[in-house]
Amino acid sequence: MNWLWSNLDLVGELMLTHLALSVPAIILSFVISVPIGWLAHRYRWSRGVLLGLCALLYAIPSLALFIALPPITGLPLRSPLNLVIALTLYGIAVIVRTSADAFDAVERDIRQSATAVGYSAVGRFWGVELPLAGPVLLSGLRVVIVSTVSLATVGAVIGVPSLGTLFTNGFQRNIQAEIITGIVATMVLALVLDWLCVMAGRLLMPWSRPNTATARAVSTTLVKQADAA
Amino acid sequence: MIEFRSVTKQFPDGTVAVAGVDIVIPPRKTTVFVGSSGSGKTTLLRMINRMVDPTSGQVLIDGTDVATREPVALRRSIGYVMQNSGLLPHRKVIDNVATVPMLRGQKRRDAHAHALELLDTVGLDRSLADKYPSQLSGGQQQRVGVARGLAVDPNILLMDEPFGAVDPIVRAELQQELLRLQGDLGKTVVFVTHDIDEAFLLGDQVVIMQQGGQISQAASPAEILANPADDFVANFVGADRGKRALHVTELGGRRLVVDADGRPAGVLAS
Repeated sequence: MNWLWSNLDLVGELMLTHLALSVPAIILSFVISVPIGWLAHRYRWSRGVLLGLCALLYAIPSLALFIALPPITGLPLRSPLNLVIALTLYGIAVIVRTSADAFDAVERDIRQSATAVGYSAVGRFWGVELPLAGPVLLSGLRVVIVSTVSLATVGAVIGVPSLGTLFTNGFQRNIQAEIITGIVATMVLALVLDWLCVMAGRLLMPWSRPNTATARAVSTTLVKQADAA
Repeated sequence: MIEFRSVTKQFPDGTVAVAGVDIVIPPRKTTVFVGSSGSGKTTLLRMINRMVDPTSGQVLIDGTDVATREPVALRRSIGYVMQNSGLLPHRKVIDNVATVPMLRGQKRRDAHAHALELLDTVGLDRSLADKYPSQLSGGQQQRVGVARGLAVDPNILLMDEPFGAVDPIVRAELQQELLRLQGDLGKTVVFVTHDIDEAFLLGDQVVIMQQGGQISQAASPAEILANPADDFVANFVGADRGKRALHVTELGGRRLVVDADGRPAGVLAS
């Protein structure tokens, strides 16, 4: 505890750095995987290829990806942007299948009825399909939040500062309190972001309350899958 | 007036849903397409607002081939009510009713004000306006569906088995409500059902469809009962059996009407 009190500034600063790495990656992976998921839902033939390729991303070891990216992006190895890109790719791998499932879950009757009363294709996407895919998309987003916040720590190994720095530093200098602080702070950050996401979901989708139980069930299985991966 | 001119629909898998249909649907009347599943009745209905395009033949509304109309604009000018209401579960009742006027660019406030009036029209309490569809009973949802269908005051109202999923008591209420509305509004209603009783109750013109998408007979209910075109129709409407094969017996000086099983159905008035 003493270690924590005397290093509160450092932990706070690393937490902000950690946020600056993970939040853009979470948002980017969500924004990119929604259209990919929609394509996989809309064009059946593309489903296997799209989802397969995205899932394959997850099979790339993270350290290898961090090192392989700079030659492609032209960024220096220790650029935080590099890490954001890598985290985004992993985020996409985690959420893209859920995103396709989310659009599959929109009832055919409702889609047809929207068309029949005069929604255009674009209007139907924004006004009907996307909001109705919302609860399942949200459950996928929650998994991405937790996995991205946790994965961002790996950047410390190649020298991109984050809460992971507390692990590497604590390990090298054999300060147990520092390692434990790093773990707890990472978990707290993930839980807070997850909670914010749930609250935002309730605000944006007040109609989906009766379905929260199913959304939670989906989310739990996804966490297990992500853990297994 | 809606007119089908030798309309055929063959789906890519080779199924013929509609085979050479010619029919005129008179304005301001209710025309009911009735038949079992696979008779093409829903496909015919959906050709009117271009949810389905015919493989050959023409569908005309007031003399204009719908194929020349832009589908989205066409659909926004025609009321549509479907089974299970087809309401948007993420929009409140009032927003559901106001959907089409707002798609057509009406201001939200005006659309909402009009939507409240429509709730009155279909016999729903205005306090339901802020509820979500899942918070309503099946019958209430169906009424909201009708209100949505009427929202742009269309000349044509398409109803695809709208009362198929509600219980018999509510269905009877909704049928009476539709008759009352139709008496007030005089829309060109095209109604699809597999229930011959419903067809006879609601239809000014009843179109009996058979497997393979052909019309067996199109006439008023009385005409169909009096002169069924063929055995299929006679069998389908049950003219040869059950409660439609009525006959008269004398009892205590009065003339009783009884059905095929001998159960009394009523007394002859004159």
